[in-house]
Amino acid sequence: MTALPFESIIGAWVATGLTLLIFSFLYKDNPLFKLAEHLYVGVSVGYVIVKTYDTVIIHLVVKPIVENGEIALLIPVAIGMLMLTRYVPKAAWMSRYAFAFIVGMGAGLAIPRTVSSFILKQVEDTIRPLLSMAGSDGVTFSMNLLNPASHLNAIIILLGVSSVLFYFFFSIEHSGVGKAVARTGILFLMISFGAGFGYTVMARMSLLIGRLTDLIEFSDASYGRPTVWLSLLTVGALFLLARRGREQPPDIH
Amino acid sequence: MERKPSSRGRTLRSSKGHERREGEGVRSRLRRFSIGFGWFFLQLIVCASNLVPLDTLAQTSISAPHDVRVFDTPSDGGGSLTVQWAPSSWDGPDARYQVLAGDAAVTDPAALTIIAEFPANSKYVKDAKTAWWTRNVDKTWHQVLVRSAKGFEVKDGTSYAVAVATVQGDQRVFSPVLVASPSPDWFNWNQLNNLIIALSFGGLVFYSISYAKRHEIFLRRIPGLDAVDEAIGRATELGKPILYLTGAHDLHDPSTIAAAVILGKVAKRAALYETELLVPHREPITMAVCQEITKQAYLEAGKPDLFKEDANFFITADQFSYTAAVDGIMLRKKPAANFFMGAYFAESLLLTETGASTGAIQIAGTDSDHQLPFFVTTCDYTLIGEELYAASAYLSKEPVQIGTLLGQDIGKVVVLSAIGIGIVLATVGAVTGEQWPQLFLDLFRDLK
Repeated sequence: MTALPFESIIGAWVATGLTLLIFSFLYKDNPLFKLAEHLYVGVSVGYVIVKTYDTVIIHLVVKPIVENGEIALLIPVAIGMLMLTRYVPKAAWMSRYAFAFIVGMGAGLAIPRTVSSFILKQVEDTIRPLLSMAGSDGVTFSMNLLNPASHLNAIIILLGVSSVLFYFFFSIEHSGVGKAVARTGILFLMISFGAGFGYTVMARMSLLIGRLTDLIEFSDASYGRPTVWLSLLTVGALFLLARRGREQPPDIH
Repeated sequence: MERKPSSRGRTLRSSKGHERREGEGVRSRLRRFSIGFGWFFLQLIVCASNLVPLDTLAQTSISAPHDVRVFDTPSDGGGSLTVQWAPSSWDGPDARYQVLAGDAAVTDPAALTIIAEFPANSKYVKDAKTAWWTRNVDKTWHQVLVRSAKGFEVKDGTSYAVAVATVQGDQRVFSPVLVASPSPDWFNWNQLNNLIIALSFGGLVFYSISYAKRHEIFLRRIPGLDAVDEAIGRATELGKPILYLTGAHDLHDPSTIAAAVILGKVAKRAALYETELLVPHREPITMAVCQEITKQAYLEAGKPDLFKEDANFFITADQFSYTAAVDGIMLRKKPAANFFMGAYFAESLLLTETGASTGAIQIAGTDSDHQLPFFVTTCDYTLIGEELYAASAYLSKEPVQIGTLLGQDIGKVVVLSAIGIGIVLATVGAVTGEQWPQLFLDLFRDLK
């Protein structure tokens, strides 16, 4: 059996240690969890700064301007620089132009996308024929619930879309027939949420299985059994912290 | 004693033998006929099953694709050429088409690079998602887009030679070589319906706003919004802070804009009640905008001295480290009211579960439909989808915002009517085989 590279062993110890520190939150909020949390936040901020510097400042701004002479890029750079005027009280008003530009551009980009995805796409997919011609059989109506393209499913989708859309009418009182329609809409929404919940929970379970698989793998002797040693260390540290917490009286101001 | 056979007997035998031979000949002809008929019938079935017209069987020779057109793809962002040609009688699974392209200087089609090769009964105009107002040929024509691919790059402003070849067996017949150059377009005419709908809805909203300024508009109750005051009041009574999250997206997302607008209303109440407000962010520009909104809210409440610059603070842009940090804030500062507005992803359950364990009253509002189930199960109140956008109108009671809500309601009536009419027309089209209902249905298609 060939020995594992040193960096793989170090990686296994770090991954196991941080996983166990985060899992210690299942017991209660404790200094070990805080350590992992702050480490996690610090590392991610550092990573984001380096990544932004490289991808945005170097590759999207400096290189195109210096190497390709794309002077037009100075306009977005100037708009971006306006944001920094927030730190100069007398010029802080200039930052509002940058924010107005960003919010306005965001809304402008979002409107056609929203019309496309949330109106046209939904309407297009809901409009389906409720009957069809099938050769010598003439006009047919398919009742197969397992076939998403069946006519019965088209009616169910129509009922669902109409009732859910009605639920989101804000200027109409949900009473009488309207109450029944709105309740049907809520029923469709809840069925959809239930399906979404089950689907996502299964996905989360696979994430947990992934972490546990790693812990099992790292309990192997080839890694130096970090899972075993670090589990003992974490439990021991939690025990000591709990004892110290009991010995020290609560801080009362 | 030897007996000679009588002539009669011979005659009888010979006639019987002749009859037998004649009978065998008839049977043989019948057998051959039945085999021939069977073979013909079998061919008929094979042809019918392949949906190939019988006359194509007789077609042994192919010719070059005719009426070939090559031009810059209209309504695109550039980097693409469109090739169209008329359907032919040999279009079927046995024949194939090749689209070839190369440098504009090339005149020999055989020297061009094969960009696409496909059965001759595929790649039609009807397969492309286009509407009647942008279609320039019949739907039965063939159409292929020439784009950059491995070993072949299509650049805007550069001319390219394009040809189409018909291939059957060893035969390959080329169309004339045509030259065209791609370029980007300012307008995407396929999305003309998108523009019309946006302008119509915009007009409706403006009308509704002017109507709302002159009339009182009824708004039904939304329990989640009624609870906003209750949550802020509870935090004030307990002397604990309010935690407000604006979601994972930046200000390009309407849900983040809605979350920022609601933050203004919540901050104003918090200022009036002199309750601490904590707004951790994972997007720097959203944080800067929210700082301005919060400052404005404190000014409007007449409490500018209570405004803290660090009420809005940046944690990190990373999803789960942000979640871990916010969970830590929930556990250590124990806010009495948690607001989760905007767009969320996998962090939603981690946040709300921790918030629920601290005993805080939790109000969520999101249009992230995949996360709604988690908010519904772990929060006290959830604003579902469009209720988030309606929230600022509810909280402010301003005629402009209420008019916007009324406009949206009218828009929904229009959408419901379009769906109803569309279903009737689609059914008529499917039953009668008529094409005219498609003229209406194309208006409500999502075309790129």
